[in-house]
Amino acid sequence: MKEFIEGSMAVARGVAVCRPHVVSAYPITPQTHIVEHLSELVADGILDSQFINVESEFGAASVVLGAAAAGGRAFSATTSQGLLLMGEVLYNISGMRLPLVITVANRAVSAPINIWNDHSDAMVFRDAGWIMLFAEDNQEVHDMHIQAYKIGETREISLPVMVNMDGFILTHAYEPVDTISQKDADDFLPPFDPVVKLDVDNPLTMGPLGEPQWYLETRYRIQQAMLEAKPVVKQVAKEFKEKFGRWYGDVIDGYRMDDAEIVYVAMGSICGTIKDTIDELRDKGEKVGLLKIRMFRPFPGEEIIDALKDKQKVIVLEKALSLGASGMLSDEIKAAFYATPHRPEISSTFAGLGGRDISKTSLADLYHKVKGERQDNMFVDLKEELV
Amino acid sequence: MKEIRIHGRGGQGAVTAAVLLADAAFHDGKFSQAFPSFGSERMGAPVQSFCRVDDHRVRTREQVYTPDYLIIQDWTLISAIDCLHGLKEDGLCLIDSEKEPGEFKLDTKARVVTIPATAIAREIIGRPIQNTTLVGALCGATGLISVDAVKQSVQNRFPGPVGEKNAQAVQKAFDLMKGGR
Repeated sequence: MKEFIEGSMAVARGVAVCRPHVVSAYPITPQTHIVEHLSELVADGILDSQFINVESEFGAASVVLGAAAAGGRAFSATTSQGLLLMGEVLYNISGMRLPLVITVANRAVSAPINIWNDHSDAMVFRDAGWIMLFAEDNQEVHDMHIQAYKIGETREISLPVMVNMDGFILTHAYEPVDTISQKDADDFLPPFDPVVKLDVDNPLTMGPLGEPQWYLETRYRIQQAMLEAKPVVKQVAKEFKEKFGRWYGDVIDGYRMDDAEIVYVAMGSICGTIKDTIDELRDKGEKVGLLKIRMFRPFPGEEIIDALKDKQKVIVLEKALSLGASGMLSDEIKAAFYATPHRPEISSTFAGLGGRDISKTSLADLYHKVKGERQDNMFVDLKEELV
Repeated sequence: MKEIRIHGRGGQGAVTAAVLLADAAFHDGKFSQAFPSFGSERMGAPVQSFCRVDDHRVRTREQVYTPDYLIIQDWTLISAIDCLHGLKEDGLCLIDSEKEPGEFKLDTKARVVTIPATAIAREIIGRPIQNTTLVGALCGATGLISVDAVKQSVQNRFPGPVGEKNAQAVQKAFDLMKGGR
């Protein structure tokens, strides 16, 4: 049903139809509305779920870990400092192969305190064994949660999924969302059937001491599961399209790519602004396109190479950077191209950090700069007078 | 696409006004988007909210830099911040004031209109909360969205007598401004 709702509500409704047994979260801006809406759905009797209040994000992550270990479908949401506080538990969740879903309302990391959007929080955990998806708009993020559970709960994958949506820009934006009905959700997402679970009648221990003779193989298995997740993500996207008629690409998605010579590469909500910028540049005769990255982990290197190998120039626009190195996304794209004979020129650029608005004007200016010469570790809209 | 920027102070309901406009446009069969300027929320601090209405799905997320329509909830903001920045020449600036538009001596080629929205809200709603009144006024002055859709959105958002009174204020403001269109 088409409804005009807030992004956070789109998430809550998308999660609710997945029938999570346990929801646990600690409020933090700009994630708060998501769990407020979920707690209302539970309190109103619409969602039959245990909503467990906790003292911190560490507690929330631990609760959903326990719930998933006991065979339940579990959900949490957080952002920024809250995600960092979950950090230790996030590694335990993936190490124990628990396929729960956490939504991250992406926000900058302190200090200085900044409640606004960028991707610095999520990118910290790119090595943590989580499948990482990024949504462009509120329809996509609504639809992404049911896909996330289906992907993570696939038995050979059994890994947690982090659904990323831009804090404020999406969480607080109202726009039309075609919401998934409970019946359609039940048809699409089977009940969670875990490989192993905690059971008092058949006691077992999860996540115990992994001595040197075992630990390395656990990492190998997670790596294998990650690689196997890629075709599963594609398959689930295809099944979703067949059932619901909506398609966002599978692990990547191209916009006006066919004859593009210069291509933006980006993740999240900025892709919408980039698309409008591209239309305006195209009207002026510029051959420009966008490659949207929907999935950062597992990294879709082969798909990216295939999409970019014949292009002249690539502008990787990132909302995070690895301080002292470069952008995580651009570094990995460059690494993916290492063994290929033809590579485009790649510019690494950073924009929107700490919620700085990224305008179409700035995006078009960036395009023209890159068209002139490669930009290396460029901060878009940097105020020279402040540095 | 029509782009609207609302300037108000924390507590005046600028964000709700943008959401009501976008919601009403949605119910009118259009595509729309509303979002706040995401400042730290404090009573009395200058705030902005944004709304876009289009015949196609709205994709852009940038703030509204070149509005077609401006709503200024508190005219004292005009001297404090550059409210008129980027306003299109063929656009419209709507101010809550009992003064005549010319008295503000605004440096713009856009049409400037005033409406005593706070007074209307006080009279009909019984409180000086004029965001719904201004939404009705904007729709009256521009024809952007039908008054019925706005009233429906207002009553969905505020069920019961509060919504009814707000809907009356919307109608009154709409009728007042419609004459000057």
